[in-house]
Amino acid sequence: MSTIINFVSHLLQGKSLNVHFNDVFKFNGGIHPPQHKIESTLCPIGKLPLPEKLTLPLRQHVGNLPKIKVQVGDYVQKGQMLAEAEGTVSAAIHAPTSGIVSAIDEQIIPHPSGLPDLCISLIPDGKETWGELHPTDWRNTDKKELVNKLRASGIVGLGGATFPTHIKLRSNGTSNVHTLIINAAECEPYITCDDMLMREQADDIINGIAIVQYILGAHKSIIGIEDNKEEAITAMTNACISAEQEAITVKVVPTLYPSGDARRLIHLLLGTEIPSDKRSTDVGIQVFNVATVLAIYRYFEFGEPSISRIVTMTGNVVKPQNFEVLFGTPLMSLVKATGAVKEDTTHFIMGGPMMGFDLPNTQVPITKAANCIIAAAPNLFAAPPPAMPCIRCARCAEACPVNLQPQELYWFSKSNNFESARDYNLFDCIECGCCTYVCPSNIPLVQYYRYAKSEIIDADKATSAADLARERNDFRLARIEREKLERAQKHAERAQLAKESKSDLMLDDSIVAAHTNTETPSTDPALDKKAIIAAAIERAKAKKLAATEAGVTPKNIENVSASVQAEINTIDHIREQAAQAEIAKTSTE
Amino acid sequence: MNRSPYIADAPTVTSIMFKVVLALVPGIAAYVWAYGGGILVTLTLATITAVAAEAALLKLRQRPVTPYLFDMSAVVTAWLLALALPPIAPWWLIVVGTFFAIVIAKQLYGGLGYNPFNPAMVGYAVLLISFPLIMTKWPAPLNLAQSPLSFLDQLHYIFSQTLPSDIKVDAITSATPLDYLKTQLMLKHEVAAIREAPVFGVMGATGGEVVTGAYLLGGLYLLQQRIITWHLPTAFLAALGLISLGFYISNPSQFTDPLFHLMSGASMLCAFFIITDPVSGPTTPRGKLYFAAGVGILTYLIRVYGGYPDGVAFAVLLMNMCVPLIDATTQPRVFGHHKS
Repeated sequence: MSTIINFVSHLLQGKSLNVHFNDVFKFNGGIHPPQHKIESTLCPIGKLPLPEKLTLPLRQHVGNLPKIKVQVGDYVQKGQMLAEAEGTVSAAIHAPTSGIVSAIDEQIIPHPSGLPDLCISLIPDGKETWGELHPTDWRNTDKKELVNKLRASGIVGLGGATFPTHIKLRSNGTSNVHTLIINAAECEPYITCDDMLMREQADDIINGIAIVQYILGAHKSIIGIEDNKEEAITAMTNACISAEQEAITVKVVPTLYPSGDARRLIHLLLGTEIPSDKRSTDVGIQVFNVATVLAIYRYFEFGEPSISRIVTMTGNVVKPQNFEVLFGTPLMSLVKATGAVKEDTTHFIMGGPMMGFDLPNTQVPITKAANCIIAAAPNLFAAPPPAMPCIRCARCAEACPVNLQPQELYWFSKSNNFESARDYNLFDCIECGCCTYVCPSNIPLVQYYRYAKSEIIDADKATSAADLARERNDFRLARIEREKLERAQKHAERAQLAKESKSDLMLDDSIVAAHTNTETPSTDPALDKKAIIAAAIERAKAKKLAATEAGVTPKNIENVSASVQAEINTIDHIREQAAQAEIAKTSTE
Repeated sequence: MNRSPYIADAPTVTSIMFKVVLALVPGIAAYVWAYGGGILVTLTLATITAVAAEAALLKLRQRPVTPYLFDMSAVVTAWLLALALPPIAPWWLIVVGTFFAIVIAKQLYGGLGYNPFNPAMVGYAVLLISFPLIMTKWPAPLNLAQSPLSFLDQLHYIFSQTLPSDIKVDAITSATPLDYLKTQLMLKHEVAAIREAPVFGVMGATGGEVVTGAYLLGGLYLLQQRIITWHLPTAFLAALGLISLGFYISNPSQFTDPLFHLMSGASMLCAFFIITDPVSGPTTPRGKLYFAAGVGILTYLIRVYGGYPDGVAFAVLLMNMCVPLIDATTQPRVFGHHKS
């Protein structure tokens, strides 16, 4: 029955029935935006001249900031680790070329916030001297050892998610990955870096897949490629055959944005819907991007860490092309390599036109997340006309690949009805932008969802903070109550005791009084005070001396800036003066 | 700043409304052929009233007039209402109905996108309750009328309610088939005999069934243009067809065949143009099926058992009331979630 309804629905909606793809499992919705991919695939992947300066943000991945291992002025070799992974989820940063560390300071980084963050700047010496490389015989190395080595590789998900790769390959005993999905769908318009990589380096990609499959212990690997990349499909299929890797297969999926979203791709290829509250590894599936597996191959085969990536430079430029770009290369160097930008270029976008963001300036460095840079111009991306009211046409719901009801989420977000938004599964929204793309009223729907999500996350944080505070306060009140009770009990006990011994004590009253009198120091109180202060100063001095002898300085004044140190000195000086004045005063008395 | 997506490809609200208006043109052409040019006068009157009322209210509500006036939604409302009213109705009836639809049912609820009830049907219901006599005074099809009125005569009649001296009112009006059927059944006549009357055509009403067919054509155009989805018309026509089939099979002498119900009254206008108003309708696919089926069943029940000859307006308004409930209870399963 549902098949008939679907058939009729397809016919009536004027869609063609995809008979070629009856072996893929289609998801709801999706859109067909203009591709704009051909422009940047006419030339092979190009190389850039070495830029004058590289700026490496420490935050190029999801997780903790890595720990800096170099100092300003250090000479570093190509591939040398500049910062090592810190904590569980983190990734290392390596020198993309040999040269001198010129600065470690805050610079504007390519991030939607446009805010500065800590970066290591490197002035290349132009010699490209590689440091010592350590290739690994991965077939004869323990899997745990391989994952540990990857921690030092700096490799992160190059599809744009930038999740540290060694975490995805970690085996914690519970995950039992049987299928490896290689995401080569590259569904966003304009972006062609994975396409070109597959055309030019298919064999090495297959080698990389074999390594990842081995480490995960997966039985098979499926490479999902959209049918708009014929050359890549041919190259990858041939590479599979020549590598005699029967467990690795290429599966063509129809061109439909957002088929490159991991959960959508898994559904397309396997028909498996990853439960909303679970990860794909919970059902035995892991997803890797093509560029990432290639980086893994190069790391084990040649010992090369992650120092460059393929970037599509396209849009409003004279000659769009893909380039292999060293991390840290300023955006302007990349732009220059394409000839020049056309005159009406307004700014640059990082990522695709569906999910990308505006770059704050042309000096920001290319990072591990930068799969594509688009020169934007009004003729390419016209400003949307003013938004009209929602007419509830539900085109957004038809287009939503998660099968959400965007018009309801919009209504809830707009009216700050965040609880309802959450109930209608706002957090399942992948912000792919399909809803905004099809909206006749030009409503920036995704903006509303981003807003609502951040508001809810903030509110949740505030709630948990308040819960903690309340818990602490409750505990404190309980403690005060308990102490009060204990005191009262003690009082009662003492009173009882006193009552019992009252008659005895009364007899000795005079003796007690006389005794106390003799105990009180009757000599000069001023001298006493002086002695106490002098003793305290003596003690502090001794302590300080012992500390300096042991080579320990107090923790909280470690590594303070010059201004703070000066302040501390002044305070110390004042204290000393005060103490001496006190001593002098008491001695005169 | 993150303001993606940067690209869009969507019809504008104006183009959607324009296509709806365009899809009504075959129906209007058939209307003129069957009943004369009077409908063009009422359509014009309704359009002028709607646009003027919309502009005035936008001004009063301190909203930008231009973008909202050019969204064409007021024109759609005006045309649907005019097509539902008798084509020789007096001018003030058209004005009052349209004014009510635009001002009370639409603008006072917040304008485009905020009206819980179908504005055209609110206008129609108000007129039907307030002026039942005029509302049931339909002109006879031109080929059945004893003395067919010319366009100028119709124009004159709409504005002055006076006819050329040699023509009586009874000579130009006739009961609609649904009306005629109802009164004749009350007189204990049988369906087969009743349908011998000249007002009945092959399937629906003489003349009227051509108009209905033209609406169907326009509706198919809207489907092809993806302005509407299949859910609403299909469910409405299926529900109306099935319920009338059931009654027809149980007693063919008392109940007419399904085809008659599908092809007479406002059935086709309702299926493709009235219940497809997105603002006052449900948004989920399953909700659309329930909503349209509800309208179909209620339309039939009101036609057969209610006090009015056609039940579309009340059926639509009643189902409009249920929309929040329908939407809330028919949420589709979200990707990666279990059926709840």
